[in-house]
Amino acid sequence: MQVEIREADFDPYAELLQYQTKMQQGGQYGATTIFVGSMRDFNEGDEVKAMVLEHYPKMTENFLLQISQEAAEKWSILDSLIIHRVGEVHPADPIVLVAVWSAHRKDAYEANRYIMEALKSKAPFWKKEFLEKGERWVQQNTPGR
Amino acid sequence: MMIQIRFFASLREKLQLDDCELELVGPLSVEQVWQKVTHDQPMPANVLCAVNLEYVSLEHEVTGGEEVAFFPPVTGG
Repeated sequence: MQVEIREADFDPYAELLQYQTKMQQGGQYGATTIFVGSMRDFNEGDEVKAMVLEHYPKMTENFLLQISQEAAEKWSILDSLIIHRVGEVHPADPIVLVAVWSAHRKDAYEANRYIMEALKSKAPFWKKEFLEKGERWVQQNTPGR
Repeated sequence: MMIQIRFFASLREKLQLDDCELELVGPLSVEQVWQKVTHDQPMPANVLCAVNLEYVSLEHEVTGGEEVAFFPPVTGG
C-alpha cells in the first residue's frame, strides 16, 4: 500500500509497472484495476490553459492512506497505489493514478472506485484554473460523475 | 497555550490571511477560533475544518497546542 504526492510530471503507466515489479506477488493477483485522471483543456464552457493544484501537506497523505486502509478492510485486496500531482499541470498531464490489485475483479473494481470517490469528495486538494482571461478556483467536485 | 491556524486555497485569498497563531486563555470551539482570527468575518456555509490534520465539526474544542485549518470544498482528482 503506497501513497505519494508528486510535484513533477509523472508517467502513470511506468509507475504502475515499476510498483508492480516490486510487489513480488505475481501469481496471487488475478485482477488489476487502474484509474488515471488527466487534465482536460475545457471546463464549464471555457478553455483551460493550465491549473495549479494545492494540497494540505501531511493531512492529504494521511487521508489517502486512511482511505486505502478502509478499502483494504472493505474488500479483499492485495495491494494499492495512489499517486497525485500538485503544482502546475497542463492539458493531458496525468493528475492522479489509483491502482488496486486483488485475486478477483470484483474487489479490485469496487475498491478502486471507493478510493477514487473518497479522494474526490474529501482529500484536501484544490485546483485553480488559468483561462485566456484570468484565473478561478474550481468550486467543487461533482459526486460520482 | 498557543494554537496554529492555517487557511487554504480560495479561502486564504478571499480572507487575505496567512497562517497565524492565537493565544488561548481557555478552550474555544473551532467556530470561535474562526471568529477571533477573522475578526468576525462571516464564515461561508461550505467551509471545512480540520484539527491536527483530521476533519472536525465546528463545535470541536481546542485547548492549546493544536493546528487548526480552514479550507473550501476540495477539488482534487
